[in-house]
Amino acid sequence: MSSQAKPKPQPVTRLKVPTDAYKSPSGIAQFMGALRRSPVGLIGVIIIALVLFLAIFGAVVVPFAPDDNNLRARFMPPGFINADGETHLLGTDQLGRDIYSRMIVGSSVSVLIGVVSVLIAGTLGVVIGLVAGFFGGWIDDLLMRIADGLLSIPFIILVVAISGILSPGLATLMFILGLTGWVTYARVIRGEVLKARELEYVLAAYAIGQSRFKVIFLHILPNVISSAVILAASQVGVTILAESSLSFLGLGVRSPTVTWGLMLADGRQYINSAWWMTTYPGLAITVTVLGVVFLGDWLRDVLDPKVRGRN
Amino acid sequence: MQRLIVRRLLQMVVTIFVVSLIVFFMVRLRGDPISVMAPPTFSEEQIARLREAWGFDKPLIEQYTLFLSKAITGDFGQSIQARRPAMELVIERMGYTFYLAGVSSLIGLAIALPLGIVSALKRNSFLDLITSFFASLGTAMPSFWLGLMLIIVFSVNLRLLPAFGALEPAAIIMPSATLAVGMAARLSRITRSAMLEVLSQDYIRTAYSKGLNQRVVLTRHALRNALIPIVTIFGLQLGWLLGGSVVVESVFSWPGLGRLMIESINVRDITVVQAGLFWFALSFILINFAVDVVYTFIDPRITYR
Repeated sequence: MSSQAKPKPQPVTRLKVPTDAYKSPSGIAQFMGALRRSPVGLIGVIIIALVLFLAIFGAVVVPFAPDDNNLRARFMPPGFINADGETHLLGTDQLGRDIYSRMIVGSSVSVLIGVVSVLIAGTLGVVIGLVAGFFGGWIDDLLMRIADGLLSIPFIILVVAISGILSPGLATLMFILGLTGWVTYARVIRGEVLKARELEYVLAAYAIGQSRFKVIFLHILPNVISSAVILAASQVGVTILAESSLSFLGLGVRSPTVTWGLMLADGRQYINSAWWMTTYPGLAITVTVLGVVFLGDWLRDVLDPKVRGRN
Repeated sequence: MQRLIVRRLLQMVVTIFVVSLIVFFMVRLRGDPISVMAPPTFSEEQIARLREAWGFDKPLIEQYTLFLSKAITGDFGQSIQARRPAMELVIERMGYTFYLAGVSSLIGLAIALPLGIVSALKRNSFLDLITSFFASLGTAMPSFWLGLMLIIVFSVNLRLLPAFGALEPAAIIMPSATLAVGMAARLSRITRSAMLEVLSQDYIRTAYSKGLNQRVVLTRHALRNALIPIVTIFGLQLGWLLGGSVVVESVFSWPGLGRLMIESINVRDITVVQAGLFWFALSFILINFAVDVVYTFIDPRITYR
């Protein structure tokens, strides 16, 4: 300050801190851009959009009521035209019900179970993972030993046993799948938290006097959540498959609710004569889960910078 | 090495303890296991007598201590349905499940390893695309549906293979193929990405520049290093195979442990369900223990503090 020759100090330009980095206006544009570059992601989104549409509006768009019996049109092959001149696109089942309509209506159960169970499992798993990773010590030990125990019983067997004991309805089934599915999330999030809690931004958050609660949920959580989102996408598929397996085994959703797994269980009885009863509902499950897998892969590529460009 | 094994053994004991708690409380999810076991026609008095006979009227701690002390010796009580020790039934069926899982994982490996390696070498080629499409398809397909489709084609239409049971040697073909598809799908993906990771390393370039031929570089330098993630997933997949066996064994009426579980759950034979769950968990824990030991052979750098 003593030297006159020095130029006047410039006014300090205030650093603009992006307060809403996650809501940048180009977010949706970026999303669409990323989608255009990835045909697989696009296919996934289209499949999921279609399934969601059918799950919501299915009851309106079906050509036949899903529980409409027609005993004069039992076991009719795909393309059968009934006495009223209506076409059963994918044939009929043992009670003369229209397979195509039942498949469309059945999508809602798969979607509902897939989404709700994953939300339950994901929320629970993320919270448990945050707590275990952040606090460490005996809490971490306790939670992770429970996780080990649950993981050592194959998921589907665990769910089969619990469902067998509780004979659940739709809502209970969602809870069973949710309460047994948290382990994977907890493991992944815990690992991420262990890495994150040593980083400078956490120290900085403490330094400005934030509480532990705020550090966990405002600072660490946003930085580790993408792993959970990637996992959730793939778990939707796992859950849909688990639900259909349970219904197929007679331990999940029960008739008269229409589900793809139950349709397959029906079809199995008549596998010698009516191949279409098993083929189409299974195809519906496969295509739906394939859509979820594609979407999940694409999400991972977009959200996880570590694997970006590797595929 | 010895310390690693001791450490992992201790962890295993803890995990088995947790599993015993899960198995114990699972049958009490509806409060009283008798409510699960007893037919709805039973009178109050009959239920009370049954409860006393099974010791379910004692305090929970006492029940658990008794359960655990017996479970350690392999005694899970009598099967209500078969009137034989539950563990005996489980061991009888376990062989079939191991046989099925063994054949399936061999088929799975035989498909996944070559496909994964070639996909990594010829990245983004037509073959790579096809492989990754089928890998996605393999994970998306419900195994029981694939099984039913195989039955339609090979049993109903072509009449080539038996659709159920384990009486003929050929009966293993369809169930093991069904289970192998899911495994091959997951394993080929992981093989591909592990190989891609390794192939981009400097020592691979060095190996090539030394003038080694591709076969030597691939087997001795690349695959050896890619094995760790592959072995991990393989271990987990074996657990998945055991789980998948529940559904696939039901489809093909394969007389393994998975089918025994379903049969027992359907008739509420809870001692067999408990014994079965315990066995599944135990085999999974042992497989993962084996995987950890195998690690140290593949990668001598791993010491486990």
